[in-house]
Amino acid sequence: MMNGRAIRAIVRKDLKVVLQSKAVLIPLIMVPLILLVIIPAVGGLLLANTDPSSPAITDFRRETGAFFDNLPGTINDRLQQYDSEVQRITYVVFNLYFPAMYLLLPTMVANVIAADSFAGEKERKTLEALIYTPTTDRELYVAKLISPWLAGVGVGWIGYIAFALIVTLTTWSLMGGVFVFDLAWLLLILWVTPAAAGIGLGAMVLVSSRVSTFQEAYQLGGVVVVPVLLLLFGQLGGVVYFSPLVAFVVGAILWAITVALIVYGARTFHRGELMARL
Amino acid sequence: MTSQAIQTQGLTRRFGATTAVDHLSLTVETGEIFGFLGHNGAGKTTTVRLLNGVLGADGGDIRVLGLDPAADGPKLRARTGVLTETPSLDERLSAVDNLTIYADLYAVPTGEVNGRVNGILETFGLAERGREKVGGYSKGMKQRLALARAFLHQPDLLFLDEPTAGLDPVATQEVHDMILHVSREEGRTVFLCTHNLVEAQRLCHRVAVMEQGQMVAVGTPRELAHTIGADMRFTLEIAPDQVETARAAVIPLAAVSAVETTDAELTLTVNDREAVPDLLAALQAAHVRVYAVIPQQTSLEDIYMALHRRKGQA
Ligand SMILES: Nc1ncnc2c1ncn2[C@@H]1O[C@H](COP(=O)(O)OP(=O)(O)OP(=O)(O)O)[C@@H](O)[C@H]1O
Ligand SMILES: [Mg+2]
Repeated sequence: MMNGRAIRAIVRKDLKVVLQSKAVLIPLIMVPLILLVIIPAVGGLLLANTDPSSPAITDFRRETGAFFDNLPGTINDRLQQYDSEVQRITYVVFNLYFPAMYLLLPTMVANVIAADSFAGEKERKTLEALIYTPTTDRELYVAKLISPWLAGVGVGWIGYIAFALIVTLTTWSLMGGVFVFDLAWLLLILWVTPAAAGIGLGAMVLVSSRVSTFQEAYQLGGVVVVPVLLLLFGQLGGVVYFSPLVAFVVGAILWAITVALIVYGARTFHRGELMARL
Repeated sequence: MTSQAIQTQGLTRRFGATTAVDHLSLTVETGEIFGFLGHNGAGKTTTVRLLNGVLGADGGDIRVLGLDPAADGPKLRARTGVLTETPSLDERLSAVDNLTIYADLYAVPTGEVNGRVNGILETFGLAERGREKVGGYSKGMKQRLALARAFLHQPDLLFLDEPTAGLDPVATQEVHDMILHVSREEGRTVFLCTHNLVEAQRLCHRVAVMEQGQMVAVGTPRELAHTIGADMRFTLEIAPDQVETARAAVIPLAAVSAVETTDAELTLTVNDREAVPDLLAALQAAHVRVYAVIPQQTSLEDIYMALHRRKGQA
């Protein structure tokens, strides 16, 4: 039986401490804001105000001809529902370019917060008192994982809602409805987002014993995470069509890596060793 | 229930080539203030960690409050309170937050948390600034808050690792009063690490002296003075205009190893009790009028130095 009250106390503390740190908060706010609000807003407004017969559209369509022609069948069927080329381009931009970018967020957020809560705690010399508490090693470990994971998933979900709202509102005149929500998005949000946050966390589990400051942890964590994500999403020059099947498979891979890293971490997490390295 | 709060037998911990704690056998009785003295690197902090099961031992047996720290760490730590060497406070949070979180971690009954936190902030003189971030506190305030946190769950056994290091005399006195209070009024056992001999002498029932991981002496400060046979000190009260005469009279005596003077006092250190009558006779022969002979207790400092000298000779 784990001591829920103690775990909640540590999670509450870690989240409170994070909210007090500019070095952590600024990337946490700025990156989602740029990726999920500002860029979609600008893109949406531009597309919504583009003359469908403008040469820019024809040029773009010609240059990306091969890409459009080779889209999987399911998405092609979806695209046939639209009358104009601008609508089709809009659909593709927000449903093909954004999901991968969106998935970087939970990973990054979990990574930053885990860096602060693992290495930052060592750096600020607050770990020692925590080690002396009557928690078990397992409770301490679980508690330390929860706050970064919660924050990663939370920012992911809030970010998606903001993104969907912004895209829908800015393109309303063009698209006339919500077009960034379907089964694939649902899987991305509920299945892949928590796993993506898990990767950010797992990377930190891997590096945290080898670093002693927040900055080191943050940078080394990135070194571990980026290749994994690039491998998964980067195949098509940054564009993956997340069909429900792809979303499911990507999620399953991320979950498998996450679970492996967390189990590995649990095996090597002993307060005696933390203390000796303090 | 045993009456021993702490018992170790052959306790050893190594870090690479360094033996931080070397076959330590130690008993601390319930209710006493036990001083754990030693220079930097003597193994004090490591011992506290071993006794709380937050660091593994390489050898030996430990019983703390009847429990084995390696097997029953969480159960044991629920009943111990530790003031670590660095205050280990969350500087980005307020004192109230710092304490509330630890009240949860130490399972203070939920209904009592607020009352307990506010009460202890009051006791430690931090109530007015309890909502401020700890980062803005002075060193003394941080130390008091860390101490408050160690007391918060009313532990049976308190470990205080250099509780007054870096504090000014007033703050030091306050911390001493707190320690005496929890010991006398609340009957808690205190394990006090320090290299401040005056502090140990003022507070502790018994002290152990550590050197390079080994315990070189243990006992009451008085017992230590006897076993080590340290020098004997006493102060003579004399007329101010005779201080120089007196000084000249005692200096030639072989048994006298040190003389300190103030305007109406002479403090002498002799290495043999038998020297005292001779000394008084010499003063009388020099027509010095002695109004009082005040024995000075052998200080831990003397014991410490004597131990060091012995070690140097060996
Ligand atoms: N985690 C560690 N890794 C390596 N060596 C250590 C570690 N902890 C302690 N030591 C070594 O063990 C010895 C005892 O250290 P310890 O901190 O217990 O001494 P101390 O009596 O508390 O000293 P101080 O008065 O400076 O606090 C020292 O030589 C120290 O360098
Ligand atoms: Mg120490």
